[in-house]
Amino acid sequence: MERQSYKGWLYLLPAMLFLGAFLVYPLIDVFIYSFEEGYNSASQTYFGVGGYNYSYVLHDPYFLQALKNTFILVVITVPLSTLIALLISVGLSSIEKLRSLYQTVYFLPYVTNTLAVGLVFMILFRKTPYTDGFVNLVISWFGGKSVDFIDGPYWAKMFVLSFYTIWVVLPFKILILTSALASVRQDYYNAAKIDGTSKLRVFTRITLPMISPTLFYLIITGFIGAFKAYSDAVALFGTDLNAAQMNTIVGYVYDMLYGNGGGYPSYASAAAILLFAIVLTITCINLLVSKKYVHYE
Amino acid sequence: MKVVLQNLTKKFPSRNKKEKTDVVAVSDFTFEIPDGKLIGLLGPSGCGKSTTLNLLSGLLKPTSGRIFFGDDDVTDLPAEHRGVGLVFQNYALYPHLTVLQNILFPLQNLKGDKKLSKPVMLEKAKEAARLVQIDGLLDRKPNELSGGQQQRVAIARALVKMPRILLLDEPLSNLDARLRLQTREEIRRIQHQTGITTVFVTHDQDEAMSISDLIVVMKEGVVQQIGKPQEVYDDPKNLFVAKFLGTPPINVLEGRVKGEKLYLGDQAVLSAPGLADQAVTVGIRPEGFLPQADGPLTCALSRVEVMGRDVSVVCTHPASQNPVIRAIISAETNVPTNTGSVSFRLKPEKVLVFSGESGERLPVTLA
Repeated sequence: MERQSYKGWLYLLPAMLFLGAFLVYPLIDVFIYSFEEGYNSASQTYFGVGGYNYSYVLHDPYFLQALKNTFILVVITVPLSTLIALLISVGLSSIEKLRSLYQTVYFLPYVTNTLAVGLVFMILFRKTPYTDGFVNLVISWFGGKSVDFIDGPYWAKMFVLSFYTIWVVLPFKILILTSALASVRQDYYNAAKIDGTSKLRVFTRITLPMISPTLFYLIITGFIGAFKAYSDAVALFGTDLNAAQMNTIVGYVYDMLYGNGGGYPSYASAAAILLFAIVLTITCINLLVSKKYVHYE
Repeated sequence: MKVVLQNLTKKFPSRNKKEKTDVVAVSDFTFEIPDGKLIGLLGPSGCGKSTTLNLLSGLLKPTSGRIFFGDDDVTDLPAEHRGVGLVFQNYALYPHLTVLQNILFPLQNLKGDKKLSKPVMLEKAKEAARLVQIDGLLDRKPNELSGGQQQRVAIARALVKMPRILLLDEPLSNLDARLRLQTREEIRRIQHQTGITTVFVTHDQDEAMSISDLIVVMKEGVVQQIGKPQEVYDDPKNLFVAKFLGTPPINVLEGRVKGEKLYLGDQAVLSAPGLADQAVTVGIRPEGFLPQADGPLTCALSRVEVMGRDVSVVCTHPASQNPVIRAIISAETNVPTNTGSVSFRLKPEKVLVFSGESGERLPVTLA
């Protein structure tokens, strides 16, 4: 028995070493830095220990802006992208002709180069000396006023960022949902049909509960992914996100470490720990809510 | 409710795109199911019995032919308006709903003037649950039930809306042997109690014979024979039906008719008055053998298997199509095991003669 458990640990050792060195140790380190005031990574010195870093971060208008942006982004993109993905997947599952063609079309963004996507969004939204962008062109057809989506008002920029985020996450969600829908046994639908169940009721009482584990998975990973948003904002608005009022929490952490005014690992750590706490809380709430609505077979 | 099938045919397009030949799942099926009877559709897998059931349920549309429930032509009626109850092979109980919610489900679908109030629905659901004796399990989820209990829930769900006909697709195939016996009695009882015309599909001839009022034997989409179980067993129309019904299966031997006598190998076993000389296939039911020292059919004895109530004599004969011949005789009969061979007299009514070419039954009264 003893020998057995020793062997077991031996097998686990490589994974534990890697996880320990690159995940657990940094995590603990970040947690410690977040309480060390004015930590300097070059000299490994700090002034004192306490909650000052948190206080600073929570009073920093840039952080508050980033927090607000991240929350708005999460609240808009997670439900919307999941809902749209669900609608498209259900549509894809119910058509017979050209299904694989449409599936390919909807999945294309997933395998498309980010730079190419950025270029497309530039054509759509960016104002240049020669054009106001395609979306503005459409707006002007309907007699609307041209809007600067990249350097203009806050809501316009948030719209573009949300639009971009939703568009980027859709393919993966559609892929997962179509396979979940396909895995629901046809018998259930036949049984429902024999019993004269309306389409809406089939969807809400059979399809949704049956794919609820997948939906739940997408919502949780969607939340986490949206809270970690950063690169999408950079792709659209450049690296100086604070100036563009479009920073996110992860962007703030990055800026504190390496940005123009960088070199503040203590503040970065505090912000990172705050983000961790937020994601943990939201995920716990998700888990609690899911107990009631998610049905595992 | 009487159910009439008229020249019912169902073809599926061939998967092979080069050959444009359709697969005929059900071919020209004409049959009238009397009101309130239990019908067993019987056949090996791929014989079209499940397709027939799906045509009755409305999940499939026939290629040609009509279906009538009573006097209503329901051929073009979609499944949801036919008012049938269907029990699926794997029950298809909604896993996220409790037993009660599962049984309530069909009732909650009713619309317009058929809509029921909640207390009425609950009463009906409980009544159906009582009928199948699962009223103690209403709050359980399907995965907390045994196979037999799930089966009952599925039947209750199919019965709760008082269907015009009840369809059962391989209802017992997911149950163990003991439960199968018990459940088939149960199905019989429920069918008697409700009086709903019931069609069930099975590949197990034992099951079909034991509880059906009528059985329909199918092969490759074509109905072979329809009749009461005992009649079909005693008087099969062809070799296929004879082989398909009965356990242990019928013994098949090559024979020939010469001078109005039936020969198996060189031994004339019975006289066949009125039958022309020809090569025939002979089926002998296992219970058709009577051991007799000077019997006309002599076989090489392999072994004797004691099964309690009766004895199974396993022997070989050069004319047999199967490796062995199996005879079931009463345990009281003494079989001499020392000589290495055993002789039988044959019961004429248990010996069936089929044309050697077509496998059709030849009309003859053996003696």
